[in-house]
Amino acid sequence: MRFSDEFEARFAEMVPHYPTKRSALVPTLLYAQDEVGFLSDEVIQELAGRLDLTELEVRNVISYYSMLTTKPRGKFNVQVCTNISCLVRGGEEILHHCAKKLGVGHKGTTADGLFSLEEVECIGACSWAPAAQVNYDFHENLTTEKIDKVLDEYRKKATQ
Amino acid sequence: MADVTLTVDGKKVTAPAGTLLIEACKTVGIEVPSFCYYPGLSLCGACRMCLVKIEKMPKLQTACTTVISEGMIVTSDSEEIKQARKSMIELLLGNHPLDCPVCDAGGECELQDMTFSYGAAESKFMEAKNHKDEQQWSPVVFFDRPRCILCYRCVRVCGEGMDVWALGVQNRGVSSIIAPNKEDHLECEECGMCIDICPVGALTSGAYRYKTRPWEMKHVGTICTHCGDGCKTTLGVRRADTGMEIVRGDNRDKSGTNGDFLCIKGRYAFDFANHEERLSRPLIRRDGKLTPSTWEEAFELIGKKFAEVRDRDGGAAIGVIGSTRTTNEENYLLSKFARVVLKTNNVDHHRTADFPVLAAAVRDKADATASMADVFTAPAILLIGNNPTEQHPLLAWQIRNNVRLHRARLYVINSNPIKLRQQATSFTEIAAGAEGKVAAFLNGADAAVDVLVNSSMDREAWIALREKLRGEQNLAIVFGSEIHGTDLSNLVKFGSGISGAKFVCLADYANSRGAADMGLYPDLLPGYHPTAGNSEFHREWGDIPQAAGLDLHGMVDAGKAGKLKVLYVIGSNPVGRLNIDPFAFSKSFVVVQDMFLTETAVMADVVLPAANAYEKSGTFTNTCGDLQLVKKAGEVTGTKADFEMIVRVADAMGFDVRKLVPFGGGTHADMGQSRGAQSGEADRHAVWLEAHGLEPKMSPFDPTTILDEIQRLVPGYDVSRMDLLAGNSQHTSLAKAGSGVAHRPESIAPANDDLFSSGTLGRYSRTLKSVVESHQVKPAEVAAD
Repeated sequence: MRFSDEFEARFAEMVPHYPTKRSALVPTLLYAQDEVGFLSDEVIQELAGRLDLTELEVRNVISYYSMLTTKPRGKFNVQVCTNISCLVRGGEEILHHCAKKLGVGHKGTTADGLFSLEEVECIGACSWAPAAQVNYDFHENLTTEKIDKVLDEYRKKATQ
Repeated sequence: MADVTLTVDGKKVTAPAGTLLIEACKTVGIEVPSFCYYPGLSLCGACRMCLVKIEKMPKLQTACTTVISEGMIVTSDSEEIKQARKSMIELLLGNHPLDCPVCDAGGECELQDMTFSYGAAESKFMEAKNHKDEQQWSPVVFFDRPRCILCYRCVRVCGEGMDVWALGVQNRGVSSIIAPNKEDHLECEECGMCIDICPVGALTSGAYRYKTRPWEMKHVGTICTHCGDGCKTTLGVRRADTGMEIVRGDNRDKSGTNGDFLCIKGRYAFDFANHEERLSRPLIRRDGKLTPSTWEEAFELIGKKFAEVRDRDGGAAIGVIGSTRTTNEENYLLSKFARVVLKTNNVDHHRTADFPVLAAAVRDKADATASMADVFTAPAILLIGNNPTEQHPLLAWQIRNNVRLHRARLYVINSNPIKLRQQATSFTEIAAGAEGKVAAFLNGADAAVDVLVNSSMDREAWIALREKLRGEQNLAIVFGSEIHGTDLSNLVKFGSGISGAKFVCLADYANSRGAADMGLYPDLLPGYHPTAGNSEFHREWGDIPQAAGLDLHGMVDAGKAGKLKVLYVIGSNPVGRLNIDPFAFSKSFVVVQDMFLTETAVMADVVLPAANAYEKSGTFTNTCGDLQLVKKAGEVTGTKADFEMIVRVADAMGFDVRKLVPFGGGTHADMGQSRGAQSGEADRHAVWLEAHGLEPKMSPFDPTTILDEIQRLVPGYDVSRMDLLAGNSQHTSLAKAGSGVAHRPESIAPANDDLFSSGTLGRYSRTLKSVVESHQVKPAEVAAD
């Protein structure tokens, strides 16, 4: 299994910062996921070996965190919050709108592999509810028109 | 550590600093309930059942994670605490199915007990319970997810205790789930510790599920019949049409040295007893075919033949092969029977370790051998050869947990990268067969180091290792059968220079040590006294042959030459296990006592159906020399204990059995309660006798009569009878052993069993077989949940 030089440099930099190797697992998983798109069996095996863990231990951690995934998802992961603040400010509506527009449900991926949709719990953007997160970027004070624009922009980005 | 005094429920409690509150409470008889807390495992604080009130602390605190401190004032029981615990139970029961009437754990379930204690019978939850179908993770492990209360005991015992790490927790919060390491199945040592430690019926045993209920069995804590470690296994027995059937093996009786531990063999491999090929009638060869006969016919024929050959050709024409799975009493009786009745020293057994040399080397030292319990407490351990994880699972458990809990230093020297290297302070890999050189080098023969030096260990490193070992105190020196003869003496000499050093010599079968101690040798009597000489045995047993007899290979040669007219084999399969030519004894009259028609039994003239170690009483000596009581659990109609058979053969030869077995009285009583309305219940009469230190000894088939003689005559066996009967292990000593003899190392044949095999016996265990098969074939894909 080969990662990019950038990943390797980050990994080598990071591991000695922790008292035990295994502590570097979560950031390593995030970097690996960003690079590969998801945490494949191959990635899990490789990282378990590097950090002296069993594959089961790595899977335990992956399953704990909702931002880590073992299944491929779209290029842009649209995460719509429907927790209390977003809910009262129309989060559900945003979610349903996205579902209709993208033609996929919760944890679904569009046929072109561009978007996946996810209903998530609080993402800490209550002051600007309703909010959604696409990959690492936040989009706040959403309306159905606004989210349309956001999605269109990402679609444009993909074709560039 | 300094003591700390605190108050719990108005009672003053004093305990060493660092003690956990839950443990301190136990010392004054206050039981704080808990699911996730388990002594010896890491702390978890997950179940919130052990909540107590500690003055000056806000909110209730978990007693399992709180370390006691001076002046602490604790309340372990109040309305507030009761309410908190009741609510916890209610939450646990939120998804827990109420299938207690069919659940294996019903009747011995901790959740059931707590629900009764705290009365959380009502539930405010209206939602449908989360249900998932049960999953089979291996032939012996089943998982019922909805019953799981997420105490993580299984995860911790598998990882920390067993160093297997096959179980994990996936997901989060209410959707957390215990998961096996291979998605839908387990790849592990199949020890079943996870099942035993599960407080509910979430993990159940493939060998036991849905067979019976805990209260329908009688539970007998006896010694495992497989490897030489001597674990106590609790056998659950139930009446069956063939006698008493063993339905379950587990850890219910935790009084053994093994405590919580049992491996796959101790837990599941009792099922050979119910194998369909089990013999239940004597067989006599007629017209070349083994045909069923009566016991009387068989004994009469054996008695006539044995006496005839002894009187015509002398004892030298008779050979005896004993067993490493029969009790000490049977081995002693056989040794005595051979010498006194058959007048022969042609006695041997399947040797897996060089005990005679060990005895000779330590006979003038007190406390030279370590008990199995010592291995858990020794500050340092040197392990040369063997692979305990596979061959001595309890020993491996003791070593591993000594390192984990007491930070013992473990020095491993092995020709393979064995698993215990993971716990080792230093692991030194050597070439196969170089173990003897290690012993020589440790004992000061510097020249031996040339063979040992390799790319990772140069001369200086070896010398440094030796210096480090010399600097240890109370070192436990554990070695496998690779070390024997002069090498063994060298190792003992090296150990003698270390203050408090103790030895463990590893042999492979349940009573290998007992067979050696009881003198199943052609040149040694019990207690390693040479046959030539004037020991106590010569005085007690009377006129016995002095010249050393033939060992197993000598008997084979004599058989081929037509000089061995009789061969008497008890619970041994030399043809199958030691590659003996099956035609070597075709000119001899061969009698075999066994459970099955083994490769040896098929060539016999008479085969007697034997009871196994789970079906009789007596004692076993484990490889460390710990003497333990073997209790009768199962019973298969039509079989007899080897003890009874030997006595009856002597009787059939016209020998006065009182001279063989010093029994008293003369009346007969059915003490075993094998029949009638109370069958299967505790033998109250025997319980009373045991409690008063008395045994009936009314019949010539009572092994305690021979135990008396063993304790009186065999050096080192004069341990407390009361402790022994109470079920404790008693360490025997080799300090006053006989002088032993030098043996041919080639006579030692390691069993080479692994976790899933157990000599001839293992082949008749369906469970072991199914596990081995499951490891060979990848299980079919099962839909993950």
